[in-house]
Amino acid sequence: MPIMNMVQAINLALKEEMALDDRVVLLGEDVARDGGVFRVSEGLLDAFGPERVIDTPLSESAIVGAAVGMAAYGLLPVAEIQFMGFIYPALDQIFANAARLRSRSRGRYSAPLVVRTPYGAGIKAPELHEESTEALFCQMPGIKVVVPSGPYQAKGLLLSAIRDPDPVIFLEPTRLYRMIREEVPEGEYTVPLGKARLAREGKAVTVIAWGSMLERTLKAVEGYDAEVIDLLTLSPFDEETLLASVRKTGRAVIVQEAPLTCGLGAELSATLAEQAILHLKGPILRVAAPDVPIPLARLVDHYLPSVERIREALEEILKY
Amino acid sequence: MDSKLRAILPDHDLLRMYEQMVLCREFEESCAEQYTKGHITGFLHLYSGQEAVAVGSTHALHKDDYILSAYREHAQAIVRGADPRRVMAELFGKSTGICKGKGGSMHLFDPELSFMGGYAIVGGQFPIACGLAFASKFRKENRVAACFFGDGAVNQGTFHEGLNWARLWELPVLFVCENNFYGIGTAVGRASALADIHKRACGYDIPAVRVDGMDVMAVYEAVKHGAEWVRENSRPYLIEAVTYRFRGHSMADPGKYRPVAEVELWKARDPIPGFARRLVEEGVVTQKELDGILVKARVTVAEAVRFAEESPWPEDGEVYTDIYV
Ligand SMILES: Cc1ncc(C[n+]2csc(CCOP(=O)(O)OP(=O)(O)O)c2C)c(N)n1
Ligand SMILES: [Mg+2]
Repeated sequence: MPIMNMVQAINLALKEEMALDDRVVLLGEDVARDGGVFRVSEGLLDAFGPERVIDTPLSESAIVGAAVGMAAYGLLPVAEIQFMGFIYPALDQIFANAARLRSRSRGRYSAPLVVRTPYGAGIKAPELHEESTEALFCQMPGIKVVVPSGPYQAKGLLLSAIRDPDPVIFLEPTRLYRMIREEVPEGEYTVPLGKARLAREGKAVTVIAWGSMLERTLKAVEGYDAEVIDLLTLSPFDEETLLASVRKTGRAVIVQEAPLTCGLGAELSATLAEQAILHLKGPILRVAAPDVPIPLARLVDHYLPSVERIREALEEILKY
Repeated sequence: MDSKLRAILPDHDLLRMYEQMVLCREFEESCAEQYTKGHITGFLHLYSGQEAVAVGSTHALHKDDYILSAYREHAQAIVRGADPRRVMAELFGKSTGICKGKGGSMHLFDPELSFMGGYAIVGGQFPIACGLAFASKFRKENRVAACFFGDGAVNQGTFHEGLNWARLWELPVLFVCENNFYGIGTAVGRASALADIHKRACGYDIPAVRVDGMDVMAVYEAVKHGAEWVRENSRPYLIEAVTYRFRGHSMADPGKYRPVAEVELWKARDPIPGFARRLVEEGVVTQKELDGILVKARVTVAEAVRFAEESPWPEDGEVYTDIYV
């Protein structure tokens, strides 16, 4: 089985799905001739031609809005936004149109589009090039939000996302793009949306993480009897798996890269409290970034949840 | 432009403009080196090739006119008066940087210089320029908001919204497009239905001109005229300065999408030697003096690098300052 990084795995998923289904089209800034800023769509223009791999003007709102129209007409657009911090001009199209086409047309249309975007810290640029505002999207009914944590998951989830009848925001942790290399099968396999993955079994505490925080979490739990859940789909998230684990361990720690307030961790925490409070031995803890813009260079290390901070949370919860 | 330089500006100003162009070039080339060494991280977009636009424009504006720019803005800030040492320190992420080392290359900001920011989001600056111009008019202060942007930015909705507002409300905004023919790897003709960017202003009833952005005096005269027109009429005006970036989009971009011959053609039109030749030809300065200017610029930049290297990192606690939490 070939070993590849996440960039290659996503590229492979796109290539295979485009070969399989001629309704799949890619669009975005510099995705065609240049192969995308992170080289995710490298070679696809040559393979599928300019009608299916489309360089767009610098117009995020139109990229997503046009994808909604394409999707309504039966195409399966995969739009790329260069960085998550550039998606805000397109929020209107995502929230006002992509998310609502199904309900507005009373179920006769849906918007089977995917918006892919690099997400999170990892390239040592500040602010908008390192955003992790996934919770914004989770707040909006009608769209799904997916975050792979490695190459294998990335390929399988992207195939599911393209085939899903509803709009999917597909967040690709920039830090992981070239960090993890693993076996990725060529050819057909999918990872289902809406299902979390048990990344590690344990009995004393459940740690929930996603994206680039998973890798850190797995480091932090070494030596602890901790169960680690890789959320994969943030919306709708896999309540069942979370609850089963927390009912078993009686303790929960949530690790998110995003700022604390109103992050996805808050929603997960509320769900655990509502449905599993009687199984809990102590408070649900969140490890998150502070509520400030992402700083430059050195300060990023202070800003991001670290292995040490995750361990501190483990130590604290295990006192109960 | 046939007029002799001295008929336009006194020697002192001409030399100052030359000095600044050289300083900006040296600064940017040094940034490239510091990036390669790992002292500057993240994205680094260099201005080499476009110096005539920042220098010509800034000289034509009043000191208290607002300047807004995108993320290729080191030169804009330095020409406006930012200390090169503190700009370099900012790029390094050091506490002595003009934004305390928290913003870096793309987010320079200095209110004391009416430099209202680099904007990393393409097109983010248009409506803000309108708001500043609105307030200037409201307060009857007659300050112009000079809004710089690239050819890629004109396809963003905010460009059209900004032009419409500026004309509708008769706001003193000077729009300056730095058309370097590419938005990352996308040539202007592949991204814009109408690649003659100045013509787009016509749809908003805004007067516009195209100017040679490799000629600092041409830029100076166009901006001088444009800014005065804006001030007198309290109405927007647009200048398209045709220019070229000599390097890739950012340090991460090898720039393979541009034919070598095209790059060479533009490098032959380098605004710095071009201006130097005229200064010497017209007797404003001797070649020896020009050499001295280059040496001085190199010393300034070397000092800036040393200052940045020796400056302390920000304290961790700095993450929590300057923000409402
Ligand atoms: C809203 C948004 N979309 C995309 C980007 C990524 N990006 C940064 S610069 C750039 C090209 C801009 O080109 P242009 O306006 O011509 O300026 P130049 O880089 O040539 O100075 C792109 C696509 C961004 N920063 N913001
Ligand atoms: Mg450009």
